[in-house]
Amino acid sequence: MSGNMNLTLKVWRQKNVKESGRFETYTAKNISPDMSFLEMLDEVNEDLIKGGKDPIAFDHDCREGICGMCSMYINGRAHGPVKGVTACQLHMRSFVDGDTITIEPWRAAAFPVLRDLVVDRTSFERIQQAGGYVSVNTGSAPDANAIPVPKDNADEAFNSAACIGCGACVAACVNSSAMLFLSAKVSQYALLPQGRVEAKRRVANMLKAHDDAGFGACTNTEACEAECPKGISVTNIGRLNREFAAASISGE
Amino acid sequence: MNLDSKIPAGPLAEKWDRHKFSCKLVNPSNKRKYDVIIVGTGLAGASAAASLAELGYNVKTFCFQDSPRRAHSIAAQGGINAAKNYRNDGDSVYRLFYDTVKGGDYRAREANVHRLAQVSVNIIDQCVAQGVPFAREYGGLLDNRSFGGAQVSRTFYAKGQTGQQLLLGAYSALNRMVGEGKVQSYTRHEMLELVMVDGQARGIIARDMVTGEIQRHSAHAVVLATGGYGNVFYLSTYARGSNSTAIWRSHKKGAYFGNPCFTQIHPTCIPVSGDHQSKLTLMSESLRNDGRIWVPKQKGDTRKPADIPEDDRDYYLERRYPSFGNLVPRDIASRAAKDMCDKGYGVGKTGLAVYLDFSDAIRRMGEKTVESKYGNLFDMYKQITGDNPYQTPMMIYPAVHYTMGGLWVDYNLMTTIPGLYATGEANFSDHGANRLGASALMQGLADGYFVLPYTIGDYLADIERKPIANDSPEFMEAEKVVKERLSKLLSIKGNKTVHQFHRELGLIMWNHCGMGRNEVGLKEGIEKIRGLRDEFWKNLLVPGSDLELNQNLEKAGRVADFLELGELMMVDALHRNESCGGHFREEYQTPENEALRDDENFAYVAAWEYKGDGQPHQLHKENLVFENVKLTQRSYK
Ligand SMILES: Cc1cc2nc3c(=O)[nH]c(=O)nc-3n(C[C@H](O)[C@H](O)[C@H](O)COP(=O)(O)OP(=O)(O)OC[C@H]3O[C@@H](n4cnc5c(N)ncnc54)[C@H](O)[C@@H]3O)c2cc1C
Ligand code: SF4
Ligand code: FES
Repeated sequence: MSGNMNLTLKVWRQKNVKESGRFETYTAKNISPDMSFLEMLDEVNEDLIKGGKDPIAFDHDCREGICGMCSMYINGRAHGPVKGVTACQLHMRSFVDGDTITIEPWRAAAFPVLRDLVVDRTSFERIQQAGGYVSVNTGSAPDANAIPVPKDNADEAFNSAACIGCGACVAACVNSSAMLFLSAKVSQYALLPQGRVEAKRRVANMLKAHDDAGFGACTNTEACEAECPKGISVTNIGRLNREFAAASISGE
Repeated sequence: MNLDSKIPAGPLAEKWDRHKFSCKLVNPSNKRKYDVIIVGTGLAGASAAASLAELGYNVKTFCFQDSPRRAHSIAAQGGINAAKNYRNDGDSVYRLFYDTVKGGDYRAREANVHRLAQVSVNIIDQCVAQGVPFAREYGGLLDNRSFGGAQVSRTFYAKGQTGQQLLLGAYSALNRMVGEGKVQSYTRHEMLELVMVDGQARGIIARDMVTGEIQRHSAHAVVLATGGYGNVFYLSTYARGSNSTAIWRSHKKGAYFGNPCFTQIHPTCIPVSGDHQSKLTLMSESLRNDGRIWVPKQKGDTRKPADIPEDDRDYYLERRYPSFGNLVPRDIASRAAKDMCDKGYGVGKTGLAVYLDFSDAIRRMGEKTVESKYGNLFDMYKQITGDNPYQTPMMIYPAVHYTMGGLWVDYNLMTTIPGLYATGEANFSDHGANRLGASALMQGLADGYFVLPYTIGDYLADIERKPIANDSPEFMEAEKVVKERLSKLLSIKGNKTVHQFHRELGLIMWNHCGMGRNEVGLKEGIEKIRGLRDEFWKNLLVPGSDLELNQNLEKAGRVADFLELGELMMVDALHRNESCGGHFREEYQTPENEALRDDENFAYVAAWEYKGDGQPHQLHKENLVFENVKLTQRSYK
């Protein structure tokens, strides 16, 4: 193959949601620094298959940092050592020959491990279904330019909406709280006139779904922001708290 | 069977309104008695699912990712077209229609394209109302940019993440319906077979990708919104999971395949760097708004780009196409890049790259403005290549990006199987032989929000309302076939992995059915694919079992289908003795090396019918009638 790096991998292997898992050690040979982290795992998997072993299951799809599918803990950090990138965008030039790399799934009660590095994130779906929308039926919208939106608000809403739903924030949090994810969604709508109408109902319902799904409470450690590959800011959590306080005071 | 496109009568601009009026309606209280399966939750599927559920139908959605939000639409970067004419720069529904028909090199249906242009304006309204944070100007109104093949600014965008924001909008509408119990969302489920009862589509067989359980799902109608099949080339800008299984299995059950060889090769992608590579990354076409494409005038010039003076650079697109310049349509830009590299002017390690240079733009607008427009794309480029595009030009090369071909559908988006619909990139679509940038998002959402909700009612209104049994002999038989195919894939126990087969297939497709095609090469390609397919079924190695999460088994099924589809693509490319849009047959070109169409003999949609394994496909022609646009040699000079 193309490269000359040799690495030792310690990878979490778990057959399914019921069985318990353990670390296994593998070597990754002839790795090129131009490979992405997932391409390195592809190579290891090809060797495992040819050796009659089970390849390592991991989630991935777009491989360009936008679908939010890839999800792994690399050397104790969600998505690995480089700030602001997902595991699929991490390149092997961030490692050196001879490194030992530990790879684990997201760990959180609300994200059960399905196999190896693959976890179940349907708890995120339930949060969104509880209120992550504007109630507008197809066909009933006014002209798009009928309601001007200040550019700063639109840009800020976009920044919050850039969350890819990967779950790194939960994995990085000691409390397994999904508050960064949740607050990003709440903020996007809170900042836009279209979202204001249902603001109170939304924040209350989504918070309830968050707690019901088994995510922990936020104690402001800000580990989430540090590990979020899309730079989602904890100021969103502040905004969510204000929205919630306002909703609680006025009721509905 | 006779191909009936069901194009409504009447003047172009009135066809859709008249048709909507003539579509039968389903009484509101009866809608909940109809079950609709929607496979795919990208823009086309999620928008349809939400809209149909709002109308009252019972909807089930399926996707193979762990969330509907992760469909490949999420990766679309540059923007979405709409004939809003907010810039007052001369845009109109008719101009968008005209640009699309011309951009597609006159191989699309006029009536469909006009409808698309008409509903484009409603899409933007709908998305804004959902809270999609499009880019805005300081006055608070929506901003626009320009895309290839157009001389007006009609592209709406959300930084370089337009697909993400539009999909999250459709996903939010879908979530609302899931929350209200009107949609059941099946994630990590893959459709492996279509079920037909009495010649009508009545359900699907799906595999739960976590447990391996095979399930039978019945419905009164089935919609395939499963995206494009460009991964037949292995290396492409598609997500790794994008596949043709749903449409190919349905094709084998009787749905004709339209224009399979029409593939879009996108001009601005990050070049291939090595054979470990698993995918190619697109650099959005929007970059051609401000970036200038060039190569050194001298072959093999090894100077750093910054050291090459203006006079020694060839801005070949600006030179060859002065009126459209860097914004010529994709097929033309891609071919020009290949042409320059084939002639030895390419740059970079492999010589298979050209420069996309932002230094003028940075001088003109400042780095900050450039960053605000393209920041995430520049970051992505830097992450992948290690080069900083603020300081040195990007290197780009064409890559497989989109498939204009797909299941043949009539004006109602119904395939040749009654009750089976195809929407979004999965159908043979409104883009003819070449799609204009920012028009796929438009088409997916047009189909899902504004077309299917009308046309599906017209079909359902005539169907009995009682539930469809999922244990009829047809369902049991389809389930058996699926199980047998899975066991077969696992039982071969050969020596080659599915990735190896896929990579080999991709290379055959790229070399024989890529940017340039010719008779000899295509005939060779067909032989090679047949050989590879034989080997696949004898020498494939899939680990594990079918009753567990098994990513190699999933992939093996998809590659098995690609191995058949790839051959049909070549057969189609071989039969079309002309060049048009993305289909460039080297034998048919003008003296200036532009695509040479043959309208006399090929102004039709090629719709292929499957006749059984080992049998040649049968060709059906839907003649294209142009009543409004005059067919001319496309000129962007
Ligand atoms: C990198 C990139 C950038 C792009 N940028 C633009 C742009 O700026 N503007 C533009 O207009 N277009 C753009 N395009 C094209 C556009 O994104 C796609 O054509 C469009 O999003 C396709 O949408 P879709 O809904 O038809 O399918 P997809 O979004 O591909 O969705 C397919 C769905 O089908 C499901 N599926 C597939 N097979 C099965 C199966 N067997 N069983 C169950 N589920 C299945 C998947 O899970 C998924 O939900 C871009 C494309 C790429 C690759
Ligand atoms: S907030 Fe960041 S880390 Fe959390 S899901 Fe969104 S993108 Fe991932
Ligand atoms: S694979 Fe899509 S974000 Fe990593």
